[in-house]
Amino acid sequence: MKALKCRECGREYPLTATHVCEFDFGPLEVAYDYPKIKQSLTPEKIQSRPRTMWRYRELLPIATEPTVGCQVGFTPMVKADRLARRLGIRELWIKNDAVNYPTLSFKDRVVSVALSRARELGFTTVACASTGNLANSVAANAASVGLKSYVFIPADLEQGKIVNSLVYGANVIGIKGHYDEVNRLCAEIAGKFGWAFVNVNMRPYYAEGSKSMGFEIAEQLGWKLPQHTVVPMASGSLLTKIHKSFQEFAKLGLVEDTKYKVHGAQATGCSPISVAHKSGMDFFKPVKPDTIAKSLAIGTPADGFYALKVMKETSAAADDVSDDEIREGIRLLAESEGIFTETAGGVTVGVAKKLIASGKIPANDSAVLCITGNGLKTLDAVVGHVGKPREIRPSLREFEALLDAEMKLATV
Amino acid sequence: MAKVRIPTPLRKLTNNEELIEVNAGTVGAAITELQSRYPGIKERLVDDTGAIRRFVNVYVNEEDIRFLQNQETPLKNGDEISIIPAIAGG
Repeated sequence: MKALKCRECGREYPLTATHVCEFDFGPLEVAYDYPKIKQSLTPEKIQSRPRTMWRYRELLPIATEPTVGCQVGFTPMVKADRLARRLGIRELWIKNDAVNYPTLSFKDRVVSVALSRARELGFTTVACASTGNLANSVAANAASVGLKSYVFIPADLEQGKIVNSLVYGANVIGIKGHYDEVNRLCAEIAGKFGWAFVNVNMRPYYAEGSKSMGFEIAEQLGWKLPQHTVVPMASGSLLTKIHKSFQEFAKLGLVEDTKYKVHGAQATGCSPISVAHKSGMDFFKPVKPDTIAKSLAIGTPADGFYALKVMKETSAAADDVSDDEIREGIRLLAESEGIFTETAGGVTVGVAKKLIASGKIPANDSAVLCITGNGLKTLDAVVGHVGKPREIRPSLREFEALLDAEMKLATV
Repeated sequence: MAKVRIPTPLRKLTNNEELIEVNAGTVGAAITELQSRYPGIKERLVDDTGAIRRFVNVYVNEEDIRFLQNQETPLKNGDEISIIPAIAGG
């Protein structure tokens, strides 16, 4: 790490807990000493290290060694042949962060970086504004090292995501409003208390954690960049960081600098970024979210502008899917690959299906889908849409009768 | 009179004042009024074309002015304006 640098005007700031350029409010980003990193970082060196996200330590923004979330990352990269056939594409991979450690979403990546850095800077209380997954991850990772935590969430979140924060002893504050309102309140709170807000004043460090998902994709493909990556967009941050991770690997000579596209996926009920991209705009219009994909329900996406820029630069596409298509995406992935993802994953699968069908992802190419969260957390969204168990008494005769009836039905 | 809540990065310009009362009738006029009292503040909020900067969100009574009438949004007695940097998702 060299400094924090404004993405808009390039002004530099010291490496403290601050996220906004004083001059133009542009977001601050961590700057690295790439020539120095290039001298020592090789695929062999990375492969000799433990299979966690921290094997890319030189490209993650902490000063010493990680102290929170040391086991996070290096999730499975699944070759999804059955789903590939159903979607009509030659080669398909699932990057499965639905089983990330410890809280089953990609957020453990950003949180382990943010909390490790927060401890380096001397904080003892951590906090976040969250649509659910981030709250779970902050609560769990803070508990694991004895940090005090406050998590702020929309009060109407899925039960699974609320319980998954409370159980760790976090202070969970439900805000009567949607995420954008939680976000605004947290921006005001963060200015008042001396806490490390992972996605406010710690954001420059926090956001860099997402790059590890892209590093792993490239390494797991055999040190190659994927032709197509489909990424769900809430604030748009993950998409921009996957792009950055590919660029960094190419710049450091760890992969060949081949062409790639990073496509964006949103829910139609909250699609400011995909709507802007489809109509060729380089700015978005804020919306009021109305979708079952609550983890993506950000109507004023802070990184929307940069996500649009990345999609334009890589000639990528964006699209969005309805609530029904989201549920269909969840079932498609579950039935063909045995992976149960949350609504955001349903969005990614649904949009990938559309992009393949329309030829925006050509059938002869290879694609990676970023599955970012676990279906057990959003049961509410699929209950009543996946059928019900058939109930019988514990009798062989009843079971045979049931099978018989179903076989008859199937032949009708 | 409406009140403007000044975010931390701008308080160096307002002698650390957090809440500033303005007489202006619209959000745009309030920014101009702030500029006349605290020179330099306008260019931090508004770009060369006169639009609110990309990473600045302005709210009147907790509603984003992009859902109201942007800089033409009228102000009445007791309204509160918040100026907040855009932040990340979660």
